[in-house]
Amino acid sequence: MKSLFKPIPRQRQYLISIGVVLLVVFSSLLLLDIVGHRAVAFFLLVTISILSLFLDVLPLILAALLSAVLWDFLFIPPRFTFSVGTPEDQMLLAMYVIIVLIHAALTSKIKQVQREVRKREERTRDLKFYNTLLNSLSHELRTPITTIMGATDNLLTSPNNLSEANKEELLSEINIASLRLNRQVENLLGMSRLESGAIKIKKDWVDVKELIYTVLAQFESTFNDHTVNVSVAENLPLFKLDFALMEQALFNLINNAIQHTPAGCAILIHADCVDEKLMIVVSDTGRGFPVKDVNRVFEKFYRVHGSRPGGTGLGLSIVRGFVEAHGGTVELRNLPMSGAEFTISIPAELTYLNNLKHE
Amino acid sequence: MNKAAVLVIDDEAQIRKLLSITLQANEFTVLEAATAKEGLTLVANHPPDLILLDIGLPDQSGHEVLRHLREWYSNPIIMLSVQSNEADIVSALDSGASDYLVKPFRTGELIARIRAALRKSTVEENHSRLEFGDVVIDFSLRSVKKKNQVIKLTTTEYTLLALLAKNQGKVLTHHYLLTQVWGPSYREESQYLRVFIAQLRKKIETDPNRPVHIITESGVGYRFIV
Repeated sequence: MKSLFKPIPRQRQYLISIGVVLLVVFSSLLLLDIVGHRAVAFFLLVTISILSLFLDVLPLILAALLSAVLWDFLFIPPRFTFSVGTPEDQMLLAMYVIIVLIHAALTSKIKQVQREVRKREERTRDLKFYNTLLNSLSHELRTPITTIMGATDNLLTSPNNLSEANKEELLSEINIASLRLNRQVENLLGMSRLESGAIKIKKDWVDVKELIYTVLAQFESTFNDHTVNVSVAENLPLFKLDFALMEQALFNLINNAIQHTPAGCAILIHADCVDEKLMIVVSDTGRGFPVKDVNRVFEKFYRVHGSRPGGTGLGLSIVRGFVEAHGGTVELRNLPMSGAEFTISIPAELTYLNNLKHE
Repeated sequence: MNKAAVLVIDDEAQIRKLLSITLQANEFTVLEAATAKEGLTLVANHPPDLILLDIGLPDQSGHEVLRHLREWYSNPIIMLSVQSNEADIVSALDSGASDYLVKPFRTGELIARIRAALRKSTVEENHSRLEFGDVVIDFSLRSVKKKNQVIKLTTTEYTLLALLAKNQGKVLTHHYLLTQVWGPSYREESQYLRVFIAQLRKKIETDPNRPVHIITESGVGYRFIV
């Protein structure tokens, strides 16, 4: 069961409880001559009932007691004293107090049940989360390890049954598997650095063009299926950034584009200075992201349903972590025609020194 | 020619075995040590031509061993590390390491680094010319030609290029380059380095965006490759 309304801060709950009771009491004073003091008890009861929908137990008890005292003092004859004249009114006041206290007790019970339900929901969610995490991690780590163990078994135990071509193939598989394993470990280490808060940013002047091409140099051999276009704004200043963190963030963004767009797609990288901020845009001409995933791709271990294997759902959350460590933001949107566009925006110290003539 | 002797100080037996096989296959003599203590004793008794030193040793940190060794041992020391922590690497280079490799590394890269570290500086060998790609540097005339055309370099550009070229194959830290070319007070002013590296690449690289001679070492410095 979800709470009926958004939770209201405690302090404001007390203010509401006092304010509403005073308001109803004041209105009742105006109506007293027409309806009589007993009807006022019903106004107040209705008020408390309505408040019990919004308020926690303590503010509700405050409203209940306050309304009982005010009803007695201002309405029950003799007025402006706490004494209660007739036995009927005495009984009415006693019943009033009992009813509002029952209200409070019920409210408290309901809140308790709500809390328990919420806790149970959280536990189920955590469990589901860790199951997905374990599944994807086991898959991502065990697949390359299986390849390495299997290939080496073959090479060690039955080298005579293998043709030279087969042997070479097995060795190349071992190579690919260890690169894949290394990439996953890199991401897991990056994530645990972020999680543990052990990221120490070491800012230095960075030539963003140099940064982009340094990242691209790491891909050189895997670009066969994709074309990459780089455009860097003319006269782009130098920015103070952590080169290594930005390198990994950009690597992950570009790698994501390569992994999840069909062969033949183009990847565009554009860098510019907008409002004194560094903007790096990585876009592709793939199919874009499903609308429901656009806001979730930066979440840890989140993977787009049906995406090809080869990821742990860590890459993009590391991008966000490293960019946020710079005080910047990264956003994803689908392009109107087709494809996805990631925009990194970082407010960083900058210098136009590189645009001057130097001797 | 005598085989160069390389001492491997690393506590992981697997790494020692891998390095030992790789080095022997490349015509090096190999000595092995599993601890800092063992390593230091070995260096004292049989000073090797080069040391591969792991940063994470069980009895002492590689940094301490490095400082220790540098008090009397002047041959190249290459640091091995499992962490690509730039600050760590720079501090090792600043206290006298010749180079560094982050595990996992390619054995081809390892051999290239060892060869570069063992090669005496071009100047020490009295070479007055260095040729790479279609570029020729003539140190005696302080002139640089690309495709037989003289390239105009400013004094700072030439000093920077000559420094990189004379240390071909070796990583030079930002701090080192700034202090040597601009002076000690410019040690932290890396913006100048960025600007001049970009200018140099425009003048000597065929594609300045995909440099093959002046290589960026992320967060550490630059390396000149012939």
